[in-house]
Parts: sequence; C-alpha cells; structure tokens
Amino acid sequence: MLIKGRVHKYGNNINTDEIIPARYLNTTDPAKLARHCLEDLDKDFVKKVKKGDILVVGKNFGCGSSREHAVVSIKASGISAIIAESYARIFFRNAINTGLPVFILKNTSEIKTGDIVEIDADNGILRNKTGNKKFSIDPIPKFIEKIIDAGGLINYVRKKKVSKN
Amino acid sequence: MKQTITQKIIARHVGKKELRVGEFVEAKVDIALANDVTAPLAIEKFEKVGAKKVFAQNKIALVMDHFTPNKDIDAAGQVKKVREFAKKYKIKHYYEGGNCGVEHALLPELGVVRPGYIVIGADSHTCTYGALGAFSTGMGSTDLAAIFATGLVWLKVPPTILFRCNGKFSKWVTGKDLILHIIGLIGVEGANYRAMEFGGDAVGELTMADRFTVANMAIEAGGENGIFHVDKTTLAYGKNLWKKPDIYFSDPDADYERILDIDVSKIEPTVSLPHLPSNTVPVSKIKKIFIDQVVIGSCTNGRIEDLRQAASVLKNRKTNPNVRLLIMPATPKIYAAALKEGLLKIFMDANAIISPPTCGPCLGGHMGILAEGERCVATTNRNFVGRMGHPRSEVYLVSPYVAAACAIKGYIVHPEEM
Ligand code: SF4
Repeated sequence: MLIKGRVHKYGNNINTDEIIPARYLNTTDPAKLARHCLEDLDKDFVKKVKKGDILVVGKNFGCGSSREHAVVSIKASGISAIIAESYARIFFRNAINTGLPVFILKNTSEIKTGDIVEIDADNGILRNKTGNKKFSIDPIPKFIEKIIDAGGLINYVRKKKVSKN
Repeated sequence: MKQTITQKIIARHVGKKELRVGEFVEAKVDIALANDVTAPLAIEKFEKVGAKKVFAQNKIALVMDHFTPNKDIDAAGQVKKVREFAKKYKIKHYYEGGNCGVEHALLPELGVVRPGYIVIGADSHTCTYGALGAFSTGMGSTDLAAIFATGLVWLKVPPTILFRCNGKFSKWVTGKDLILHIIGLIGVEGANYRAMEFGGDAVGELTMADRFTVANMAIEAGGENGIFHVDKTTLAYGKNLWKKPDIYFSDPDADYERILDIDVSKIEPTVSLPHLPSNTVPVSKIKKIFIDQVVIGSCTNGRIEDLRQAASVLKNRKTNPNVRLLIMPATPKIYAAALKEGLLKIFMDANAIISPPTCGPCLGGHMGILAEGERCVATTNRNFVGRMGHPRSEVYLVSPYVAAACAIKGYIVHPEEM
C-alpha cells in the first residue's frame, strides 16, 4: 500500500467531540458528518481539506467517546490516512474495522501542515517529500492485518461463520 | 501462570484456562449494548453482513437515552430505525420512553449485566459495569454489528494496572474524587489499552454507586476496562437481581504491569478544570470561579446515592440566582425513589430544574446547552472542548456534594463552606 498526500497537522489528545461534536450525531449520513469534521478544533478544516490529504497528529488521537461517526466523518471529508504518535483504543479499532488506514509514528514533530508525505505501508516507511526525510512507522500486528486484508471487520465476519438460515 | 481477574474472565469466554497478555482472541459476548447514537450505524453495518438473525435475542441491549425524549426530527428517525430493528429481530432488552434511563445506570439496576460477564457496548462508558466484577468495555458500531451477527468479539488481552487504595476517606470525599484524583495522577492516556483494577481496603468501603462512578471514568484515563472484585457489597446489590454469579479473583501474585498505591486519606474534594479530565486540582485550591449552570446526573453520578448527597447540601437552601441547576435522575426507578424520599421536593424548593432520565446536556445533546463563554459545573465525566455546547464554553467536573455547593454559592466552592 502506497499513500501520498498533503498534510494537515494538529496536536495531542484530539477527542471525538472535537472530531465530530455530539450535536451532529443525529445522523449517520457520511456527507452530513463530513461537513462538521474537526469543527470545534479548527472550523476552517473542512474548507481546507482536499481529497487524498493526510492527517498528522500527536498523542492519544481520537480519545473520548466510541462514536464511529468520528471515523466516518474523517473519511468522508477526504482524508486518506492518519499518522499519529498514538491512538485512543476505541478510535484505533474503529479505523481498522472500517478500513481507514492509520499509522503510528513515534514522533511527528518533523512533519508540518502543507508537507507532502508518502506512506509505504508494506515496508513500514514514511517519506516526507518536502523535507526529504525518511522515518520508520510501526508494523501492523498479524491479526489486525487479517481484518485489513479482508477489507474491514464486516467482510471478515461475512467470510466466517454467520448465523444464516 | 498467575492471572488477573481480567485475564480470567476473558479466558473463560474463549474456553481456555489462561491467557497471555497481548494475545489476540475471539471471545464470547454475554451482553452487546448500543444506544440511539451508535445503534443506527451498527444496524446499517449488521445489514451488510447478511445474517438472517441476531446471535441471541436476549443478549442485545438497545437503550434510547442520548437524544431522548427525541430532540428533533433526525433524532426521532434514528430511534424509529432502532425500534423497528428491535421488533424485527425480537430484541428482548429494548428500552425507550417510560422504562428507559441512562444506559449505564439502567442495565445494572435491571440485572441485565452481571459479575463475570463480558459486556461490549458501542458506548465508551460501557466500562462502568466493571464495578460488578465483569469485563466490560466500549467499542464502535462496526464491532457491535459483528457481535450482533456472531456473538464474538476480537480482543487483545490487556495488561493490568492495579490501583491499591488504602486509608480512610475524609468527609465530603467520594468515588468521584478518587477517580478524578487517579486520572490526574496518570493522565488521559495513562491507562490506554490497559485494564485498571481497583483494590485495597479502601475500595471495600465504597458503595456500589461509588464503584460504578469509578469504573465509569476508567475510559477517561484511556483504560480498556475498570474492574472491581465481587464482595459483600456487590452481593447485597445483586440479591434480588441475579442468582449464583460467576465470580473471579486475581491471583494474589498476579503479573501486574504496574501497581500504584493510593492513600485515599490524602484525597480532597477534587475538580477537573477545562478541557481535559486529567486537569485536576483540589477544590480548596480554587479561587472564585463564577458559573452559569450546574448539572447533577449522568451515568457517572445520577444514582440515588448521588441525589441524596446533593440533597443533603441543598436542603433548605436556594440556588444562586445567576445559576441554572439541572438535576437529572438517571433512571425512572431513581426518579421514583427520589420522589418517595422527598429529594425532589428539596430540589424544587431550591429552584432546581428536574429533567427526565436522559443523557441530555452531558454530551451537549439537548436540554441544557451552554452559550459562548458560559461555565458549567457538572457531575458528568467529560469536559472536552464543546462537550456541553459552544466550543468556547467550559465544563468543570466534580462530585454531587461539590456541585450542589457551587449551585448555591454561584462559584466553585468546597461544600465545607456552606
Ligand atoms: S450520560 Fe453522558 S457519558 Fe453517560 S452515556 Fe450518556 S452521554 Fe455518555
């Protein structure tokens, strides 16, 4: 997997209330959710983001509620992948389960908004084209790889035993 | 191998004697929970799986508590969707309207969640049920959809941090202050991907209500679950709810990743300042911070014991004219008890607003939203940016005692100063 895109950079502990405020959770429509993506953190984000862009953040990204709407909103806004120093557990699961590529880079301080980065997932390498630097990203555990390879949890489950009759 | 209670419960649900920390397993789920925000998405995903029926009609709980009584047309549509799903698949535990309350207060009260269970909820505060000695954790809607279809969940066996609590609690200090103190100590990521086990003599002194409060906020330290052992308090609580609970104990020399000793006698009434639950300070150290609203309720502190604490402070006193005081009994049963005990009269005499059981303002949904620049003292569990309304409003997290005292004075104050 090779993902290349322009960076939007934010800080630590960005929670799901900032990603998609609860006042917009009366719908599951991705287009509606995308309109308010990261609104309480940066109300101009939705104007700036373009399809294929990459979100780069600090520690504990996606902490707070379990709302999968956060992942739906980010995906529908056009973001193609997230690079964080760490993720809150539920957000990480939700991203894996729904097929939003998420990567862990121990230190994201050398990546800035506007940089062009390229993620080489197979080789665990991140290249910052703008600064011409190379970083190594954490490998994905085998079990999780199975879910990703199936195309998310729903497909993974569909292939396995489902109560059908 | 020496095991923690968390490892043992998971092991039992994968049909094994023991499990290593870090192992990936697929475990059987006893109760799968979703609410009016997360169930619609779970249902959409479930339909994609192509299953003809759910894994067990009596093991799914759907609680319509967040935007109910439905705040607008979209919210009403979401609930309708869940209601129809519940009918179609004959879901036993569907709650809406007069039998409904805030999920994490409601399900224990009804005996739906029990010791030794694995409970997975599409709600991050599902960790609350760890108070009963269950393995209980929050996930997303896709995980729930997969459970609806298969009854199984994938888990990575978490390492455990033991919080060994000893000493005597001072007056005015509650379970809320203990957990705020712990979150302040380890930070919002301090227990990420980890089990938080609460032990020590002081824990035995906590009421069930206090234990629910403590376990409820495990997620605010990133915890996968928060867990207590079953003791006489748990058994007394469950006497009329369940028989022969499945009880597990951590081995005395279990392999904890870390042990933190907490001397509870050093803890004071505590407040979490905006905008992270880990921004804790003793209430006594705070200069006058004037407030506009007080919310007493939620899955954290909306139980009858919490309302009693608030009433003990509010009795024969009036809410400050600059403050709106909202009291939200978390379930109909709690509401009825508060009525019977005369607590509602105390609240009304204090000029409080009494809300129906709902999440309401806790997540900035409805019924008590903050304007730009407004400040709220709340017994809820999150004070993130915009959590209760405008992105430039503020939430301060406290216990019911402190919240009630603040409502009277109009600023953040120690209940001792009443
Ligand atoms: S009361 Fe608040 S924290 Fe609890 S379930 Fe409802 S919205 Fe979530």
